[in-house]
Amino acid sequence: MSSWRRPMHAALLSLGATALIALAAAAEPAAKHRVDYYGYGTVPTAAQIAGWSIAVRPDGQGLPPGSGTVDKGADVYAQQCAACHGTFGEGEGRFPKLAGEGKLTGDRPTPTVGSYWPYATTLFDYIDRAMPFPGPHSLTADQVYAISAYILNLNNIVPNNFVADAKSLPQVKMPNRDGFIWKDPRPDTHDKECMEHCRDPATVKVSSTAEGKSLTPRETGPLDEMQPK
Amino acid sequence: MSRDESPQSAMAARPTAQPSRADSRRAFLKQGLVAAGGLALTPGLARAQAAAPASAPAPAPQSPPADGPWSQSLGPGVVDRPYGRPSQFEKDVIRRNVPWLTATMESSVSFTPLQNQTGIITANGLFFERYHAGRPTVNPAQHRLMIHGLVDRPRLLTVDDIKRFPSVSRIHFIECPANGGMEWRAAQLNSLQFTHGMIGCAEWTGVTLATLLGETGIKKTAKWALVEGADGAHMARSLPLEKLIDDCIVVYGQNGEALRPEQGYPVRLIVPGWQGNVNVKWLRRIQIGDKPWMLREETSKYTELMANGKARGFTWPIFAKSVITDPCPEMPLKGAGIYEVRGFAWSGNGTIRHVDVSFDGGVNWTRARLQEPVLRKALTRFTAEWRWNGKPALLQSRVVDDTGYVQPTIAELRAVRGVNGIYNNNAIQTWQVKPDGKVYDVQLA
Repeated sequence: MSSWRRPMHAALLSLGATALIALAAAAEPAAKHRVDYYGYGTVPTAAQIAGWSIAVRPDGQGLPPGSGTVDKGADVYAQQCAACHGTFGEGEGRFPKLAGEGKLTGDRPTPTVGSYWPYATTLFDYIDRAMPFPGPHSLTADQVYAISAYILNLNNIVPNNFVADAKSLPQVKMPNRDGFIWKDPRPDTHDKECMEHCRDPATVKVSSTAEGKSLTPRETGPLDEMQPK
Repeated sequence: MSRDESPQSAMAARPTAQPSRADSRRAFLKQGLVAAGGLALTPGLARAQAAAPASAPAPAPQSPPADGPWSQSLGPGVVDRPYGRPSQFEKDVIRRNVPWLTATMESSVSFTPLQNQTGIITANGLFFERYHAGRPTVNPAQHRLMIHGLVDRPRLLTVDDIKRFPSVSRIHFIECPANGGMEWRAAQLNSLQFTHGMIGCAEWTGVTLATLLGETGIKKTAKWALVEGADGAHMARSLPLEKLIDDCIVVYGQNGEALRPEQGYPVRLIVPGWQGNVNVKWLRRIQIGDKPWMLREETSKYTELMANGKARGFTWPIFAKSVITDPCPEMPLKGAGIYEVRGFAWSGNGTIRHVDVSFDGGVNWTRARLQEPVLRKALTRFTAEWRWNGKPALLQSRVVDDTGYVQPTIAELRAVRGVNGIYNNNAIQTWQVKPDGKVYDVQLA
């Protein structure tokens, strides 16, 4: 039994599971045939599990059979993606930019797949699970591989002859692979609870105000439909 | 009350030495003074008018009649509204959106009108929305939750199955980590609803993950869980298993009724105190694994770009935050005098220890009163009395939670994180009160 079993079981009991269960567990701690499962629901079949398991990991776990080329991807992308994301991934309107300059610093960063995404496998996972926006999870594995290849190529990460499949995608090293800190460094501020004379009143100055800016939708009456100025 | 005892019939039958109401009303009408409207025709007002001679000067400003029309008539009967709704006079209290913020309404967010929230529970119809592919209409009879992966006994559960397990009810807030995300560079939106409204708090009822994973068992190598929704986005996140077992709940109840479709009907995950996005709605799948999946919503999105171009990821907990909800831009002051300043504080790391308020931009602070109940990872209401002298003021609230963490200023957050992080802005909010009582969203240097 796993190391999680003990705390879980304690939690189970402390949450007031039925006395019957507690008694059963206490009376027959070594019983091989457990009687304290609720047993609700069914056991999913292997086919059901396979059909539901769409998540893909950086090591390639979850990637299905199939493959797609950059050229094929350009065709599928033009039909399925370009209307929102732009022919070259530049992004139409406020839809996400997929390629292009992609700077991560400065006043207005423009993170893209090429400049920001740490794993190429995430492309397959996301396109497959959520795209195209109006008809999600409707593309074949080959189509998703092909679009992934095309977007990576748009970002100059893979060559024109790249073929995306379950072997090649996990091997793509994304430029920003090491650009993340995955351990939460907070608390990253360390204020004290000051109550009196906490700052010099002369330093209390308004540095910015929302007054007069035309960004706020109306707060009464019908919903606002304001668009960017 | 029988039909005959209704106000109208009682009135009509009542003998009186005064001119009858009907007479006085006729007289009143003859004077041609009735401009328009049912109010002028109410008997209470007619009585007042009848007492005045025809040549009297214009009456003093009207006070509301002792009996409004609603006091002298029958209202609609029971089940006139089989599912109730707020008073028609509260029609402005609605979720609102910022239309210029997102490319579509289906991948967007709406904001809770916190300025009108009177207690710690957010009304189900006002709880903020966040969709990645619109609000799906999930048929509960066809919905399933699959728990599989590194478990001993995978299960496929119907909604009825989920409801049979031992249940818990807990009050928790859910806040989108992008709440306040538009305020990193400067004060932008002159509205509490739009600066702080990506939050709601409800009583959630369901079964703990500890119970469900006790049922399935977990393999020794298990460390992570993928949680996934049944919406078009198949919204999914990776979560550490410790958190799931610690206090997560698969819920089907929201404030005593079925979860709202906006909140994930028929079942959603509650991850107490952690960023809204991981509280996956329309929950259909929990896959137990040994590594995170590094999905789009935890790499491309919900990561925080620091000034140096590096990004923070997996910054799940909502750190302590508070805001004054009255006054605020939507709730201006009405002249000098005594006000009860009101607001909410919350922490994803525990309970609220105390809240202080300042009226001078953070020079001096006064301890606010916490209103019961004070619950872990829930909105907590605070109040403080304030005698406003009618002069300019800078109002702030500052929370300290039971970890000892003190809510920072925006200047402090910017110094550490820069302005490109979008998420996890838990800064002290400053409301500028002007002598006319109007209130503005400002930031201090």
